[in-house]
Amino acid sequence: MSQLEQRSAIISVLVENESGILARVIGLFTGRGYNIDSLTVAPVDPARNHSRINIVTSGTEMVIEQIKAQLDRLVQVYRIADLSTQGPHVARELALIKVVCSGSERVEALRLAEAFRARVIDATLESFVFEMTGNTEKLDAFIELMRGLGLAEVSRTGVAAIARGTATI
Amino acid sequence: MSQNIANPSPDQALQDFASGAEILLRALKDQGVEVIFGYPGGAVLPIYDAIFNQNAIRHILVRHEQAAVHAAEGYARSTGKVGCVLVTSGPGATNAITGLLDALMDSVPLVCLTGQVPTHLIGNDAFQEADTTGITRPATKHNYLVKRGEDLARVVHEAFYVARSGRPGPVVIDLPKDILIGQAPYFPAPETPHRSYRPTTEPDAGQIAKAVALLKSAKRPVIYSGGGVINAGPAASEALRELVRKTGFPCTSTLMGLGAYPAGDPLFLGMLGMHGTYEANLVMHGCDVMLNIGARFDDRVTGRLNAFSPGSRKIHVDIDSSSINKNVPVEVPVVGDAGKAIRAILAAWDAEPTEVDRPAIAAWWKQIDEWRGIDCLRFRQDMTKGAIIKPQYAVQRLYDITRELKAKTGRETFISTEVGQHQMWAAQYFGFDAPNRWMTSGGLGTMGYGLPAAMGVQVAYPDALCIDIAGEASILMNIQEMSTLAQYRLPVKVFILNNQYMGMVRQWQELLHGGRYSESYTAALPDFVKLAESFHGVGLRAKSVDELDDVIRRMIESDSPVIADICVDEKENCFPMIPSGAPHNEMILGPEHGTLLQMAGARSMTDEGLALV
Repeated sequence: MSQLEQRSAIISVLVENESGILARVIGLFTGRGYNIDSLTVAPVDPARNHSRINIVTSGTEMVIEQIKAQLDRLVQVYRIADLSTQGPHVARELALIKVVCSGSERVEALRLAEAFRARVIDATLESFVFEMTGNTEKLDAFIELMRGLGLAEVSRTGVAAIARGTATI
Repeated sequence: MSQNIANPSPDQALQDFASGAEILLRALKDQGVEVIFGYPGGAVLPIYDAIFNQNAIRHILVRHEQAAVHAAEGYARSTGKVGCVLVTSGPGATNAITGLLDALMDSVPLVCLTGQVPTHLIGNDAFQEADTTGITRPATKHNYLVKRGEDLARVVHEAFYVARSGRPGPVVIDLPKDILIGQAPYFPAPETPHRSYRPTTEPDAGQIAKAVALLKSAKRPVIYSGGGVINAGPAASEALRELVRKTGFPCTSTLMGLGAYPAGDPLFLGMLGMHGTYEANLVMHGCDVMLNIGARFDDRVTGRLNAFSPGSRKIHVDIDSSSINKNVPVEVPVVGDAGKAIRAILAAWDAEPTEVDRPAIAAWWKQIDEWRGIDCLRFRQDMTKGAIIKPQYAVQRLYDITRELKAKTGRETFISTEVGQHQMWAAQYFGFDAPNRWMTSGGLGTMGYGLPAAMGVQVAYPDALCIDIAGEASILMNIQEMSTLAQYRLPVKVFILNNQYMGMVRQWQELLHGGRYSESYTAALPDFVKLAESFHGVGLRAKSVDELDDVIRRMIESDSPVIADICVDEKENCFPMIPSGAPHNEMILGPEHGTLLQMAGARSMTDEGLALV
């Protein structure tokens, strides 16, 4: 890959569950002009007081190495993992999709939801709310389809990712 | 995010309680703090009350919180200890930010205690409230807000650990007033290692071996040392000397690294960079193997990045892995403490039997001597009576006379500077033979740094000669600290190179903006002699070259704080200079160097170059 080619990276960061760490990570990205394409954070180990932050970012190879090095030197960071380069991994997002429509569009929306394996978690005579998990492309595709069928609102989480097999962060 | 901070481990059986303020001071004392630089205010009155009731820790009352931080920086840089600052909430904390960012950029270990409104008032726009942790987050290595008394002692111990470990830096502890008044338990510093922050200090043996192999194969090597060698302690500077002398390789230093290698030594090329020596920059450009120890390829050193040292293979030793491959790709990265890395290189050098290419290196030195022959720092001082003083000459005489003083009496001289032309002249013409004698604001370039920094050094070394080499514009930024000098009888000497202009700005306006001197003339200057006297000090003035030596000697001999107003030639520019946007081998030289002036100076400045600082 050339020095200037941009690539996307999914970086998982294991951090101390302490106030300020998320602000510091976000401040790091904005302060140095790096992209945050998506971000999730949640406690993952209450006994050890760990939280996990998953960030999807993009940049040249040198920039991504810089991002990883800058994250790694924060005091509250235990470990980081670049899942996009460290071997096979799974990445999933969740979306809640509200579609307001009636008649044939309503039927079509339900059929497509079935095809995409989205679940109906709210239904009224004029609307549905679909819940869907999957990788980003699948969610993007479904939402795009719903756009023509009365898409009213979308609420998405960021990408949560984890390595396949026995490897841990 | 939850506030679920893990409790200290059960190996601390001691659970005596006292007020938060007393616990704080006990923790500071156990961390070896002897001096705090600070300024009181409502939110920190409990701490000041506790300070009043003890005498293990000395407090220096400054006149502006920014000066408290710079003083702690000077103290830390000259002693190697962690500096300690105490300021109140709101404006006290915000006044400290410039100093904190300065410490962050130059990797100076500091712990800054800031007062805060009581916990139940946080977020209510209370009197003198500021979101200190939010505002200082990008300006510090790390920061803490203590919300419970039981966390106080642990946080203080952790803050000192973070400030001094890995790449040193400033740490802020925000202390709400109710925590300081309420009862809190004491915990001594933990013996177990920190749960998440454990920086690498031991260099990898494999990388060291690669580095040594590369160095031994060099035909045109250079050792480029920086502030990291100073931060690694005096033992690292000793190791650097051994390495340079054993290898016989040329050595250059950044602004922040001056003093690690003795200035007068023939193997030393002088400082490199935007105002570095001709030979140092050309060596960096023409080398085939570059060993960077504790420097960060700052833009003042590299010039235009795509033209930086194009043919060379680089080794980068740094304790901060994010500094490696940040702007300059290197072949052999070595993460670790500078001192340990140099020792490892020395050991591997001896273990590896290959000889260096002596003839090639001799030829390299011959080329270097040719470049040195240009004598890029040469200037001409008219010695007739009444002639105007050249600023370079003033610095040179200061160096000569303080060196005589050291030889005769053993008295050490510490130099701090403000920012601008005088700072560059101080770096060029004052020779440093030992580390921790040179205090300057490199990364942030803070005018107003020098006087409080010299003050901090004087507190650490009461018998030493502490001189702030200043410009007349910079000195006004923290002039109020003259009052602190008088109160604590700190005989700091302020050596002003007074050229009536913000010299560096004026130089850039002359060279790059067609001589349009916009807002760079320092009008309405005070009479510095009267100013010194009004602050209970001594004022001296030298208006011509025949008055200079006498003023310097009287300044040194005085027991009081002194302001020496040295009136210098306002037309002098600081050379050599790599204009911004130019490659580092294309320097402008001074008018003494005739035809070479045309090399880069005559080329028109590109828009890209103009856009750079």
